[in-house]
Amino acid sequence: MNGIHDMGGMHGFGPVEVEPNEPVFHQRWQGRVFGMVRALGRGNIDAGRHSIERLDPVAYLEHGYYGRWLAAFERGLVRFGILAPGDVEARMKTRRRRTPRTTAGASGHTRAAWAPVATNFARETEAPPAFAVGDAVITRNHQPAGHTRLPAYARCRAGVVTRVHPAMVFPDDNAAGHGENPQYLYTARFDGRELWGGSAEVGTAVHIDLFESYLDRAG
Amino acid sequence: MSDGHDHSHGKADIARRVEAIESLLAEKGLIDPAVVDEIVRFYEQEVGPMNGARVVARAWVDPAFRTRLLADATAAIAELGFIGPQGEHMVALENTPRIHNVVVCTLCSCYPWPVLGLPPSWYKSPAYRARVVREPRAVLAEMGLTLPADIEVRVWDSSAEVRYLVLPERPPHTDSWSETELAALVTRDAMIGTAKVVVPQRP
Repeated sequence: MNGIHDMGGMHGFGPVEVEPNEPVFHQRWQGRVFGMVRALGRGNIDAGRHSIERLDPVAYLEHGYYGRWLAAFERGLVRFGILAPGDVEARMKTRRRRTPRTTAGASGHTRAAWAPVATNFARETEAPPAFAVGDAVITRNHQPAGHTRLPAYARCRAGVVTRVHPAMVFPDDNAAGHGENPQYLYTARFDGRELWGGSAEVGTAVHIDLFESYLDRAG
Repeated sequence: MSDGHDHSHGKADIARRVEAIESLLAEKGLIDPAVVDEIVRFYEQEVGPMNGARVVARAWVDPAFRTRLLADATAAIAELGFIGPQGEHMVALENTPRIHNVVVCTLCSCYPWPVLGLPPSWYKSPAYRARVVREPRAVLAEMGLTLPADIEVRVWDSSAEVRYLVLPERPPHTDSWSETELAALVTRDAMIGTAKVVVPQRP
């Protein structure tokens, strides 16, 4: 979708502000949101990203990273019927205490069973890859209303394949619940001038990871 | 707009909102708050740039490991035990005297969690995501890294599930340094590509 999330190349955001020695979570609620999403997450990362992309564009900018996670998480809880609309507001009126701990003691010596689990996005496919390293490619004018991982700044641009990855879960379909439909993933290199015209800095290039159906053979 | 702020709710409001959600989910048996505690603790304490720094230092002292890292970073990094979400398909990018690499995710904020931890606010900021693909030299200069025009700048937009770790150049005059001493020099920003690794000047 042509959304506010697709920021590559936009003007007007000002300087990059760096906070020295910043904490992992600035506020406690951010860690709780992150932890709840990780604890509950059942794996469709593409649907999760698309949920964030569909936030109101002004809210997207104002909420900050974990605020966006929270908004998408809440919307998912309601959509899947885990919470009813208004449940959270009702609970906010009645509760002032922190959630009691069920298994960890106050001393924190009891550790809950949890381990970070990796997800393999690569899939076996029978067809060979359509492109090889060194092939000249051009990106399609692909502008779906749904999720995609072809950035807007890289549409209709000529590049060269620099790496052929395994076939991986295709985000455009997976986000919509239309199946994993794996496709080969490629890294392609785009010269700065191809992307940014006369405003490009000299001696710069952008490498982008692109699925096979985003690409055509050039020439 | 930064990560530490929220303009649509007050800070107290949003904290109470999250607390309410957690208590509702805990009551339904869907969330164990102790598990949430453990996840927070893990990402605050057990993963972070110190992991990536060990990978870099190992690559500097062990040529065979460096070769494996550049050929199959996922497997090489797993040798040191760094595996998990957002590190499933790793690629290491080698800086050289001619080429400087820098990583971004313009579409969200993809980042190699097992080796670098969770991303800093600036990496997630609209300014960085918008600008570093278009004007990497200007952004790096603002962040304190001015690169000569004859060094090629390669920006890597993590637009799929591949995650990138920059392998910085080993600083000069560190031949006698141990792997542990070298790891202590390697910063998060050097592994994203917005800084170089430098030996601090003695006072």
